[in-house]
Amino acid sequence: MKINQISIFVENRKGRLYQVCKLLGDNAINIRALNVAETQDFGVLRMVVDKPQEALNLLKENGFTASFSEIVAVEVEDKPGGLANILKVLNDSNVNIEYMYAFVEKKLDKALLVFRFENIDKALETLTKAKVKIVTSDAVVKA
Amino acid sequence: MEIAYFNKAIETISRYDLEHLQLERLRRSVDAALQTSFYKNRLTKAGIVSSADIKTCADLQRIPFTTKDDLRQSYPRGLLAVPMDDVVRLHTSSGTTGTPTVIYHTQEDINTWAELLCRCIVSTGCHRGDMFQNMTGYGMFTGGLGFHYGAERVGMTVIPAGSGNTRRQIQLMKDFHTTVIHATPSYILHIYSLLADCGITIQDLSLKKAFLGAEPYSENTRKKIEELFQIEAYNSYGLSEMNGPGVAFECVYKDGMHTWEDSFLLEIIDPQTGELLKDGETGELVFTTLCRKATPLLRYRTRDLSSVVPGTCPCGRTHRRISRITGRSDDMLIVNGVNIFPSQIEEVIMRIPEVGTNYQVHLDKEGALDTLTVKVEIYSKMFSGEVNELDRLKSRIHSELRASIIVNPRIELHEPGSLPVSEGKAQRVVDKRPKL
Repeated sequence: MKINQISIFVENRKGRLYQVCKLLGDNAINIRALNVAETQDFGVLRMVVDKPQEALNLLKENGFTASFSEIVAVEVEDKPGGLANILKVLNDSNVNIEYMYAFVEKKLDKALLVFRFENIDKALETLTKAKVKIVTSDAVVKA
Repeated sequence: MEIAYFNKAIETISRYDLEHLQLERLRRSVDAALQTSFYKNRLTKAGIVSSADIKTCADLQRIPFTTKDDLRQSYPRGLLAVPMDDVVRLHTSSGTTGTPTVIYHTQEDINTWAELLCRCIVSTGCHRGDMFQNMTGYGMFTGGLGFHYGAERVGMTVIPAGSGNTRRQIQLMKDFHTTVIHATPSYILHIYSLLADCGITIQDLSLKKAFLGAEPYSENTRKKIEELFQIEAYNSYGLSEMNGPGVAFECVYKDGMHTWEDSFLLEIIDPQTGELLKDGETGELVFTTLCRKATPLLRYRTRDLSSVVPGTCPCGRTHRRISRITGRSDDMLIVNGVNIFPSQIEEVIMRIPEVGTNYQVHLDKEGALDTLTVKVEIYSKMFSGEVNELDRLKSRIHSELRASIIVNPRIELHEPGSLPVSEGKAQRVVDKRPKL
């Protein structure tokens, strides 16, 4: 299933990243995965959080430029070759990845891979067929 | 000091004879202007239906001013006074809100313009045998072609190098023993900063003189350029509406620029009241073309601020001198010699839906050259979260702006509400360039 990732436009200004994280922290929103795409004068902060809608509203109310993007999160064993196996499945079916990032769940010994696909529906179909474990938004909240 | 003239009779004409000549030519210009749809309407309203209504030069005051906006409104043919078949060239310049302005020239106009440049060039002591490297833009920009025709007619060897490509410029200067260059003061300083890099010293060059124009600069900068290059540098003044370069130029005495008053009727007015000012008082330059056949302009407000240098010049020229331009009576910016109005930038930015309501223009120096950075706030509702979309937005703003203002801008994207809120045009433009 699709998960709502939050993308936040942050200009390269001292303390801007801290301000985002502090706002979420003060409001008990947990960041589950985080990635920054940076360019010369701005960055786009991408994150998967436990309460996406609440986080988005909060960010907008506080003057941040933020929006949802649909991503797919996949769970793999935290061991060598875990990511490669998934990429093979996608590659074999010609599914293009726009970008991805990963984080590790220490408690479960699992790695969570976050993917942004060009064609998300085709990607989901491919992954489901290959019996890859797709993470639900509930799981993101509870983990 | 040795004084050379290109056309001594006219350059040293008595003021009495000059004023008679001006009146005669003013009448001809009024008749020519009445052939255009714009002036026919404008002059008739002012009660002038033929040159017979202009009895003395004082009658000039009855003619209303012409503005840049009038030129835009009359684009493309409203100010054309001759059949198009008689026009041999036209130059357009970008307008403030997308509408350009155009100046047409007959063959005679081109010849007259070239002669004015000949007078300028010769008045600095240049002659046949000089190697002239013209480092300003050719094409629609009038600086290149204007000087080119004059220099050829003087008999100099012209290198039509155009602007930019500094390493090649330096190579050309060295290989062909360039003796005279024409450029903006910023560009000459930029050349200097690259000389060592190219393994070239001043001694490797044969440079003697430089013509400097297209942007305001101080006497100190002139002195600096003269010392760095061990040359003589002369101020040049012109504007595209008055052909381009060749309106006023310094002679060897370098004390103000002789305005060719047989071609341009010179007035200095109070920009607020429009009242005529006396010699020595600073105000806005207003010119009337006295010789131009294809596009006569009457009392054109230049927005350039200057004053007439009182007294006579030891060179013997009777044409009055104007001081270097001290500023503008509008908000025009000059970036590396190119004229830009903040409204042009606004026009481009505001038609892009992904851009928010606020923007700022920053002018800085990088070495000797100007940089123009446009900071724009993105419109939060248009933010999709994708970096490549933001990059595309940046390139789009860049290419559209570049097409409009000619200068290559840097674009920065900012968060909504992050730029200072503007309460007037002043805050839209942050000019951190040290005064030249």
